[in-house]
Amino acid sequence: MNDSKSLRSRIAQTVRDIPRSGIRDFFDIVSAREDVISLGIGEPDFVTPWHIREAAVLALDRGVTSYTSNMGLLPLRRGIAQYVERKTGVAYRPETEVLITVGVSEGLDLAVRALVEPGDEVLYHEPSYVSYNPLIQFAHGRPIAIQTKKENGFRLTRDELEAYCTPKAKILLLNYPNNPTGAILSRKDVEEIAAFAIERDLIVLTDEIYDELTYDREHFSLISVPGMRERTIYLHGFSKAWAMTGWRMGFTCAPPELTEAMMKIHQYTMLCAPILSQEASIEALKHAEGDIAFMKAEYRKRRNFIHASFEEMGIPCIRPEGAFYAFADVSRFGMTSKEFALRLLDEQNVACVPGTAFGKCGEGFIRCSYATALDDIKEAMARIARFVGKL
Amino acid sequence: MNELLELLKQNALESPENLAKLLGTTADDVKKRIAQYEKEGVIRAYQAIVNEEKLDASLVTTVIEVKVTPESEGGFDRIADRISRFPEVEAVYLMSGTFDLLLFIKGRTMREAAGFVSEKLATMPGVTSTATHFMMKTYKQNGIVMHTGEGDERLKVSP
Repeated sequence: MNDSKSLRSRIAQTVRDIPRSGIRDFFDIVSAREDVISLGIGEPDFVTPWHIREAAVLALDRGVTSYTSNMGLLPLRRGIAQYVERKTGVAYRPETEVLITVGVSEGLDLAVRALVEPGDEVLYHEPSYVSYNPLIQFAHGRPIAIQTKKENGFRLTRDELEAYCTPKAKILLLNYPNNPTGAILSRKDVEEIAAFAIERDLIVLTDEIYDELTYDREHFSLISVPGMRERTIYLHGFSKAWAMTGWRMGFTCAPPELTEAMMKIHQYTMLCAPILSQEASIEALKHAEGDIAFMKAEYRKRRNFIHASFEEMGIPCIRPEGAFYAFADVSRFGMTSKEFALRLLDEQNVACVPGTAFGKCGEGFIRCSYATALDDIKEAMARIARFVGKL
Repeated sequence: MNELLELLKQNALESPENLAKLLGTTADDVKKRIAQYEKEGVIRAYQAIVNEEKLDASLVTTVIEVKVTPESEGGFDRIADRISRFPEVEAVYLMSGTFDLLLFIKGRTMREAAGFVSEKLATMPGVTSTATHFMMKTYKQNGIVMHTGEGDERLKVSP
């Protein structure tokens, strides 16, 4: 009973079948090294703006340490409803349609578990954020990974949807602006996907956590398309644009029936999101426009720099239009993504994430995060140039 | 302010090539614009921000509030200009409130700074009173935090 083999056999089959995250493997290797410049970090290098931190400090000072209602603090839900309406033109009722979650990660889990029955197919597009596939499997759904293509700038197309969508498909999970490719969708792309979802009667989960961070044109939200509000769970949070990853603050906006279903799971598993984070987020919604604009301007300069540097090295890299990642094509060096990343780490002490951590079609690519101080980006790009110069 | 000037204020030693990459333009364009700013006097100088406390022979900074009688012609400008010409004077500002001019003085010792006040400043025609403060520690200067201990707390790789 005590030996690890017998313990392993007791673990639920679904959990056993899911491989360890490629990111975690890589993290273990990088962590063992000193003086690494890391372009492998999927979170802002900025600290949460001071006025937001101060709001939490003041709340703590007032003794705000209790639970909140399961849905979250009403003033925060009101602020979110106003924010979402300003951004997308779509109104949600704070009382019944906005749910505060512990990061978008929890929101996604709730959405998937609230909807998926065993065997239901869930379409999502790869390369993708690492949690989508496992979340679907934990819910006993069938993940269907649509392989997006470099030729299309990793934008999901109607043809691809046609090719992968079967009558068993129930849900479409979208993430634009995209981690890891930096791709965003045009209004026309979004309208085509929306039309397809309506035609096939799909429920759409749209993870728009990076919506503030686009550099050449505004993000166009899926929920802005008429007919989509009724069939969409909109997921967002404070981690990226507000530099609040560690606060774990996300939210969902969805019709009352869907919100209520997610809320059932949330109330029994999480109870509520931490109150101090909720207090900080109220402040974030009120006064952070300047901070967001400042951080976005910094990311844009770094995006320009990292993209121009790859071009200079002759490494093809689609100009990232959103989020804070460059997805560079290193396939011509005749190595797998993982070999490339490991050798780069070994020879030049630069860490980036192999594209395969985000799905099969990430083979041949590396993800470089530009949520990194400019001096580090400059040094990293010089080292990558030295590295590929010797290949 | 425009982005090129912002970048130069952060790091005036940044190469035109890197500036061009950051701004999505050419190095020649950057050089031309910098030359223009220099010509127009928009860029007045390039200086290093030195953490004086790291040096053995650190200088004493003195802040002096000065009340003056404005002249009928020229108001505060002429006396402010006279004060500005002393090499030990780092900065001169005209202020609203209970005093008129705010001065920043650099000297090797407190005595040297005190000597400047008593011998040069207080005796100047038009100066009616002075209040002298010695600066004890610099936490932040020109937007740069002097303390350098903070590291990156983030995990080295995350999704």
